[in-house]
Amino acid sequence: MPNVTFRVFRGDRQGGELKDYSVEVQEGMVVLDVIHKIQAEQAPDLACRWNCKAGKCGSCGAEVNGKPTLMCMTRLDTLDTSKPVTVRPLKTFPVIRDLVTDVKWNYEVNKKIKPFTPAPNTDWIMYQEDVDRVQEFRKCIECFLCQNVCHVLREHNEKTGFIGPRFLVRTASLEMHPLDVENRLDMLKNEGGIGYCNITKCCTEVCPEHIRITDNAIIPLKERVVDEYYDPVLSFFRRLFSSKKRPEAAQSAADD
Amino acid sequence: MESYTVHDYDVLVIGAGGAGLRAAIAAIEKGARVGVVTKSLLGKAHTVMAEGGMAAALGNVRPEDNWKVHFRDTLKGGGMLNNWKMVLNYTKEAPERVRELERWGAVFDRTPDGRINQRNFGGHSYPRLAHVGDRTGLELIRTLQDHAVKLGIHAHMETTIYRLLTDAGRVVGALGFSRQTGEFLVFRARAVVLATGGLGRIYQITSNSWECTGDGFSLASMVGADLIDMEFIQFHPTGMVWPPSVMGILVTEGVRGEGGVLKNSLGRRFMFDNIPERYKGEFAETEEEAERWLQGDRSARRPPELLTRDVVARAIRKEVNEGRGSPHGGVYLDIASRRPADYIKKKLPSMYHQFMKLGNLDITKEPMEVGPTCHYVMGGVRVDPDTQATNVPGLYAAGEVAGGLHGANRLGGNSLSDLVVFGRRAGMAAAEYAAQQTGPFQVDEAQIRAYIAEALQPFNNPQGENPFALMKELRASMQKNAGIMREESELKAQLDILADLKRRAWNTSVSGSRAYNPGWHTALDIRLMVEVSEAVVLAALARKESRGGHARLDYPDPDPNFARINHVIRRNPDGSLSVVAEPLPEMPEDLRRIAEAKDLSELSEKVGA
Repeated sequence: MPNVTFRVFRGDRQGGELKDYSVEVQEGMVVLDVIHKIQAEQAPDLACRWNCKAGKCGSCGAEVNGKPTLMCMTRLDTLDTSKPVTVRPLKTFPVIRDLVTDVKWNYEVNKKIKPFTPAPNTDWIMYQEDVDRVQEFRKCIECFLCQNVCHVLREHNEKTGFIGPRFLVRTASLEMHPLDVENRLDMLKNEGGIGYCNITKCCTEVCPEHIRITDNAIIPLKERVVDEYYDPVLSFFRRLFSSKKRPEAAQSAADD
Repeated sequence: MESYTVHDYDVLVIGAGGAGLRAAIAAIEKGARVGVVTKSLLGKAHTVMAEGGMAAALGNVRPEDNWKVHFRDTLKGGGMLNNWKMVLNYTKEAPERVRELERWGAVFDRTPDGRINQRNFGGHSYPRLAHVGDRTGLELIRTLQDHAVKLGIHAHMETTIYRLLTDAGRVVGALGFSRQTGEFLVFRARAVVLATGGLGRIYQITSNSWECTGDGFSLASMVGADLIDMEFIQFHPTGMVWPPSVMGILVTEGVRGEGGVLKNSLGRRFMFDNIPERYKGEFAETEEEAERWLQGDRSARRPPELLTRDVVARAIRKEVNEGRGSPHGGVYLDIASRRPADYIKKKLPSMYHQFMKLGNLDITKEPMEVGPTCHYVMGGVRVDPDTQATNVPGLYAAGEVAGGLHGANRLGGNSLSDLVVFGRRAGMAAAEYAAQQTGPFQVDEAQIRAYIAEALQPFNNPQGENPFALMKELRASMQKNAGIMREESELKAQLDILADLKRRAWNTSVSGSRAYNPGWHTALDIRLMVEVSEAVVLAALARKESRGGHARLDYPDPDPNFARINHVIRRNPDGSLSVVAEPLPEMPEDLRRIAEAKDLSELSEKVGA
């Protein structure tokens, strides 16, 4: 196969620029292979984060031609290699170096979620149909692509009042666990900021584990919060008259 | 002068995979101040890649199962070279560790009556693997991570340990650096638990994450800890061999457990021709019988595709060597013609997605092309079977970096439960030891200064070699000369290559800043990788026989002279390594009867010990 130009972000917290690398590619390569080839042959200090190269660890998220993806799961034959391929770090998190971003905010958010709390003296009997949904949520590999594309975090940088799709999924996995007795609705409504989500489903679209984040986790949680804290009739009208085309309106309607 | 930050802990755990997190939890529960160091982000360790499940004789699917059968299966798989006391501790304790994970929030697949489901796997007499689809490792690590966070774990993420620190023959901490900033860190600790995982990255074709560079073996050996049985390296029989970008990625044994069959290029199902003498009578002898087993007929014996990993790996190698391999040097694994597409997608979802996404291959329609890939090391740091203490005071080891449990070969599913059983024991023992060390923290400033200078040397060496090129040479040569099939001339040649690489590992050159610099990280990784490679080659040279995961072309059969021998790899005062053969601890008679039972009914809980 011919040489392909890869336009890779080089820089750090202070800023940076795209730099071109011409790489001889082979059939069957994924983007992460190319990054490794650049490291080994042209730029040994090119930073990228990765672990398993098998789509299981979620470490190698980046934006390839503007699309957030796992580099290890992005085959070159799915890209137009007649033009330069652009590889940038995830935009929502601060750059540490090159393609590596600082995702520690996510780990801090995680600590706010009340842990699994089983009922005392439970017999630990659970049926498969009762855990199917929870198992879907537990497939999450914490690649944070959903956090990266969520416009509440990406465009509005709302990292103090909103926990983001990943942690709404995590909360859902606990709330829907058949044997958990903790209540996390207050957290979801307040510091969790679930009302900020206005169901654009961007998170669901990028999830490499195909978790139906919006439909199966966030919407049911929103309903629980509404049932718990708001007059159901009033909230029905609020939702009826909010517009998906006007995020601010939808946001305030769901958030007040 | 280079500055560094100091952290003080009662127990420092190096590694945050299953064993490290479980050790940290145990030590915290004992009241210790615990620090955890991980080269990656939390929750990304190689443990996430374990698919099939965790073995434990819960008896949920077959009530006849119990620790004795698991004990027998594990020793049989390990060629009786296992440390019997570790196997005893392990098989008795594994069920409780699995139930504990459920109490901490793990959500295993269920039986129809609502208990933890268990699946078949090679070498296990009964369905024994608690599992979550084919992402059991992720469930394990996430559960431990969540529980550790709940207990207030202090994790130093993206931090590499370069050397252990010693004082008067005791381990008293470690020197490392932040990968993100390049800043040096000194951890002063009263006890250190190594939970650094395996060494697969010393080979070219491996299922292992980048982190599995064998650090723990080298770090331990450099401070005088014994390693045992480093020749026993498991090559998983079914790694992907095509497309090239995913070479080495495992196809879980679950595919065979669910009915997948191995065929050569002539379309022949060759495992029926490869049942070793010691397993004769235990496996189906016709396709018809194997088919009945798959349909749930309990009078039928299991298909030979579920033989132990070494047997399957060698059978595949034989087909390839004799010209009946696939175009890319493997064989075919076919589940597409055996099970309906919906069933495959439900039972093996990540396999399905992985092949579809990475290889553009639909495993519900086409066979997979598979071959042996370096997967696991049975040997490791020699530990006490009850406490996981090494022979160096203050140093403990658990998980893949520790040796003894698996003998010459590990059964699939025995590693995840190994992590939690022995991670817990190591954490408890380290915390108890730490509590007895009451004096001030002792580290030697001169030692720290010398190691920092060593670690920075590649930045001051403009004429040195490219560390990536050196790494490639190391991995290719190990694959060729010390891989799945070994012989004396190649192993000796590899020792020479390693001597050369060892010298060159100290003469690399890196550029750029110290922040997140993969060239620098690689330069330092190689120094430890050549050490562990040498231990593997020396042990392989000494074992002049074929047994378990170790196959010698020049000594193709097991040799009774080696049947009860561990190889101890010990560092001499001049820094060189030597191999000493030592007899295994003698097994008590009642346990020997269990281990050698011919008929599983002898092992019902009502009879015997």
